[in-house]
Amino acid sequence: MTYTQTQDSLTGGVPDEGNHDALRVLEPDGTRVSDATLDPWIADLSPHELRALHRDMVLTRRLDAEGVALQRQGQLALWAPCRGQEAVQVGTAHALAPGDFVFPSYREHGVLLGRGAQPADYVLAWRGEEHSAYDHTTINAAPPQIIIGAQSLHATGWAMGAQRDGSTDVAVAYYGDGATSQGDVNEALVFASSFRAPVVFVCSNNQWAISEPVTVQAKYPIAGRAPGFGIPSLRIDGNDALACVAAMRWALDRARRGEGPSFIEAVTYRMGPHTTSDDPTRYRAADEVEAWAGRDPIARLEAYLRAEGVLDDSGLDEVARAADALAAEVRAACIGATTRAPETMFDHVYAEPHAGLARQKAEYAEYLAGFEK
Amino acid sequence: MTALTLGAAINAGLSKALETDEKVQLMGEDIGKLGGVFRVTDGLQQRFGAQRVVDTPLAEAGIVGTAVGLALRGYRPVVEIQFDGFVYPAFDQIVCQVAKLHYRSNGRIRMPLVIRIPWAGGVGAAEHHSESPEAYFVHTAGLRVVAPSNPQDAYVMLQQAVASDDPVIFFEPKRLYHSKGEVDPDADLADAPPMHLARVAREGTEVTIVTYGAQVRTALDAALAAEDDGVSLEVIDLRSLSPIDMNTIAASVRKTGRVVVTHEAAREAGVGAELVASITEQCFEYLEASPQRVTGHDIPYPPSKLERHHVPDLDRILFAVDRVLERGEGVLR
Repeated sequence: MTYTQTQDSLTGGVPDEGNHDALRVLEPDGTRVSDATLDPWIADLSPHELRALHRDMVLTRRLDAEGVALQRQGQLALWAPCRGQEAVQVGTAHALAPGDFVFPSYREHGVLLGRGAQPADYVLAWRGEEHSAYDHTTINAAPPQIIIGAQSLHATGWAMGAQRDGSTDVAVAYYGDGATSQGDVNEALVFASSFRAPVVFVCSNNQWAISEPVTVQAKYPIAGRAPGFGIPSLRIDGNDALACVAAMRWALDRARRGEGPSFIEAVTYRMGPHTTSDDPTRYRAADEVEAWAGRDPIARLEAYLRAEGVLDDSGLDEVARAADALAAEVRAACIGATTRAPETMFDHVYAEPHAGLARQKAEYAEYLAGFEK
Repeated sequence: MTALTLGAAINAGLSKALETDEKVQLMGEDIGKLGGVFRVTDGLQQRFGAQRVVDTPLAEAGIVGTAVGLALRGYRPVVEIQFDGFVYPAFDQIVCQVAKLHYRSNGRIRMPLVIRIPWAGGVGAAEHHSESPEAYFVHTAGLRVVAPSNPQDAYVMLQQAVASDDPVIFFEPKRLYHSKGEVDPDADLADAPPMHLARVAREGTEVTIVTYGAQVRTALDAALAAEDDGVSLEVIDLRSLSPIDMNTIAASVRKTGRVVVTHEAAREAGVGAELVASITEQCFEYLEASPQRVTGHDIPYPPSKLERHHVPDLDRILFAVDRVLERGEGVLR
């Protein structure tokens, strides 16, 4: 399916008024509606899978709250909240196969959860202990990317390799709306299209790139750009977890069948600040945040699952307890972290010995040893 | 042994690397059907197929960034940046991604990536086609930077760069692409000197000239001319700019007591500045005179009709030799 819609509301210089034109199967109040494009991809979702989806979203939110709290308590130097974006992160990650490989931005806590990250993996980088705590080979995720959009090319290259290997593995690049202004993201679309690479681009359009509204980045819906590169796209309600699963399954299926790249614009909202250093009250209105609070992804799925009889109070309690347990583990991993010996900062700059660096390391070790005499 | 141009030697090196390891993949603009604008990759696509010698879109960040992903998938990409002055659009991918991923991942991610760059001036090229950006990369931890000066080194060092588990910026002196030299095509990599070691290109006793790339030839010409004048110059070909083989340099400077560093890149904060600083730190008590630098000027690369005034020539090197010998016109009093 090729994206054809236009969105006049984007031309007025105001942030995207909502996601009314985006594809969805759950209304904000949890009512199930049908969508011909999305429905076939989620027809087989079992109660178990639905509960797992909900559970991981709750876990992600709890993890995120813990990250903010740990930063406020001085345990983390910084945190990039993802509250409000749980559906797109968890929903898309749930659709992945173990062999697929994700290239996340720094905000994708829910994606990492879906890939099996361990408690320490979420916090050590933000604490300043490691640049990337997790082993990319065990969770099939590249280190979180700080440079905006750079990972889109890595995902494309990885996908080109998977294609050459004759495998059905798919690469996924996650980034925000701001990244779509970057050259790397556009070059990635060119490469992916030209080589028919099995890669999925997931753009979480959360309306704000720090203080820049999406209208500064895009005068036309972002999903509308991909077809210009020869890449089909879907613009979905990023607060509808089922829509996120469906869109991702659609894209992964295309990739595995050799049909090349796909683009998903998940229209969502960053409820908190860009990072804990940011003050969003300086640039966005309270009523805008209020309006988006009414579209909360977790409340929406919960309402649906309750109505379907898939989830009840005891199920919710169980999820809440699991979330608390995860938060406690994350907190323990954070507070229990030990800072590495200083000379280890010279390690792993190169894979093979480097004479100049070896000399510096030796000199610094000698300097440090002087204090112990 | 067989006589090859430097360009043909690199071609042979690439061919050998492609034969040796099927994970090696070449990527770049125009490298396939055309064989590269300098024909350095001539015939490789025909021989190894379009999946291993890939003609890419015109997008430098795209070439390097996708190579990062290929490396993550277990490939050993060798990318070509068509000209030195075109590397800047890929700068972020090189210095933030390629250089740092091994470190960021605590050594778990390998970046066995080679970035080939036809490099520097002296060929009468258009703007942006004659630049010497090596200092940017030398200044970046995580990258290895090498520059061969002759066909044999080009052949061997290219293969060593491909075999390295570290990312290597491979500068190819384009004004030497057509110059010939003896190459041993059966050279065993295990017997060859590692690419991080400098080479004494000519032994001498009175002044050490330290240089790299195409300037090695100029320095050797200067040494010949100086010999006629009764002065003995030792010429050191760095080969590797990161790391710099200070042992070889220091041994030479301790012998001669005098040193001239020359390169085509601009002077300020360049490789020459690093060399002079390190030589001064390590050999101060052996120095008979202040080390001298002979470099390109601190200007954008000039129009080609003026480039002979920018690229250090034999006379400018000899002028500096006079200075360190504290004699004649080279001495500014």
